[in-house]
Amino acid sequence: METIIGKYNYWIYIALMMIGFYAMIAKRNLVKKVVGMNIFQTAIILFFISIAYKRDATIPILIKSQEVINPSQYINPLPHVLMLTAIVVMVSTFGVALAIIMMLYNQYKTLDEDEIIEILKKK
Amino acid sequence: MNLWEHSSILIVVTPLIASIVNIFISLLKRSLCYPFFVGILGLCSLLSIDILSVVTTSGTIRYKLGGWTPPWGIEYTVDHLNAFLIIIISIISFIIAIYSKESIKKELTKARLPYFYSTYLLFVTGLLGITITGDIFNLYVFLEIASLAGYALIAIGERRSVLASFNYIIMGTVGACFYLLGVGYIYIITGSLNITDLSRLLPSLYESKVTLAALAFVVVGIAIKIALFPLHRWLPDSYTFAPSAVSAFASATMSKVGIYVLIRIFFTLFEPRFLTDITPLSNILIWWATVAIFFGSIIAIGQTDFKRTLSYILIAEVGYMVLGISLCNKEGFIGAVLHILNDAIMIACLFMIAGGIFYRVGSRNLEDFKGLGKSMPITMAAFTVAALSMIGIPPTGGFFSKWYLILGATKAEQWISVAALVFSSLVNAFIFFKLLEKIYFSKKEVIPKHNFRELPLSMIIPITIMALTILIIGFYSGRIISSLIRFTVPEGF
Repeated sequence: METIIGKYNYWIYIALMMIGFYAMIAKRNLVKKVVGMNIFQTAIILFFISIAYKRDATIPILIKSQEVINPSQYINPLPHVLMLTAIVVMVSTFGVALAIIMMLYNQYKTLDEDEIIEILKKK
Repeated sequence: MNLWEHSSILIVVTPLIASIVNIFISLLKRSLCYPFFVGILGLCSLLSIDILSVVTTSGTIRYKLGGWTPPWGIEYTVDHLNAFLIIIISIISFIIAIYSKESIKKELTKARLPYFYSTYLLFVTGLLGITITGDIFNLYVFLEIASLAGYALIAIGERRSVLASFNYIIMGTVGACFYLLGVGYIYIITGSLNITDLSRLLPSLYESKVTLAALAFVVVGIAIKIALFPLHRWLPDSYTFAPSAVSAFASATMSKVGIYVLIRIFFTLFEPRFLTDITPLSNILIWWATVAIFFGSIIAIGQTDFKRTLSYILIAEVGYMVLGISLCNKEGFIGAVLHILNDAIMIACLFMIAGGIFYRVGSRNLEDFKGLGKSMPITMAAFTVAALSMIGIPPTGGFFSKWYLILGATKAEQWISVAALVFSSLVNAFIFFKLLEKIYFSKKEVIPKHNFRELPLSMIIPITIMALTILIIGFYSGRIISSLIRFTVPEGF
């Protein structure tokens, strides 16, 4: 019980990841696949933010008057910074994927994967 | 200020900035784009030669970005292995850039050309960044830059390339995310992202389950990116329908860079004993790669499309290199590293020839190769050299790397892997001898009426250079090993 409730954010990350993964594999609509991909990536952000968290800690801003710095009082800022970069990567992947979906729609006039494969088979 | 001191950062920044500048140049005068594009890649090649000479004379380069000392700042580390890959990537990108002029003009509309050049430069940035960085998170960012540029480059190909590119996006993103998760797990237990720092911190944590999870995620992530069977599904379609210059460049570099990342993870981040004694990963990978070699070779026989045949051969070749590094002995490792060089050049040359045939004949079907030996003599001579190298006939380069791989597999007593390597050579011999027969010895009445000429000079020269390089590497492979590859072999072999 302790491992489930005490670490619930990690369980949510796994659940989100599996939802995203399922959408990428099982959904036939291309936009849904891309949204699944985004959920998959968001799960990783949650994971990284979770590992930075410490109980009863505050944001990592150094106060000058404070003489002794105790690292356990501050949340680790590095994973947050890494995730800023990862968000940029994610947004650009999403952008490229949507652009390609637009190209596919212009070609086939449908966004359903099965229908596209049907059209390809006919030719 | 001495610019040469900064060559390791300049080689990444130059194509990155040039890809943006290129768009502005295209607004002024579109015809200036191509010379600018080739000039930048030429500059990169010069920088890579400089980096190689510095590394061979004065050892590993450690460049601290912004003056921040590692492990806090990002560090660029260049040792012999990095320098070796940097020179392969930058020179192949330069040669294919020259080749792309005519072939891409035929396959794309004129208005799209500047964007092609910009994306190509971004792709080069990503690949060079992966090979030069000494930080595992930075590596992820560059991996995604290269992949995103790759998706876009593949999508501009033929009609069906768009769907192939979409499948590649889905698969590639899963791969990159797995890699990122692995990085996250490594960060949890060590609190560091710098490769040199990690190699110091990790040995005491080998027993931890987190380390195992991290390694599993990273290996599967990279295996998707290099298309190791059965994670190869995106590759054949993508490389078949992409523009020929793109297939040549991506096939020659993307999988090799992935192999480089695997080598870094296995032998710099971890130690060889972690693969062989603590986990059974070495054995798993040997079997995995052996199956990949069998699979790629068998499927390659049945194809009628030349580029698709090459794609499946590439899947088998990826198996070779993974096999070489997972054997964990000196011969296998040397074979794998030498094969990175050989395979990059062979596969690039063959894809360039495929593009050349498509340029003149308008088809990639193997049947349409009949009688080309008369109409395109120089191209077909280059094809013969590349094909012999692919089969592994001395004195071409392909023989020596395959020889080392077989030596390594024999030393590790992996007889089935030896059989796989020999089988794959036989299959290549079957495929290419059948083609050579069609090209040179097919009966005259079968030849359709055509007056195909030799390719334009800007395509012939790069193809010839590649073919000659295959022969030169074959003659000098001993020297390449003793002066460069010898230093890349990790300690403990």
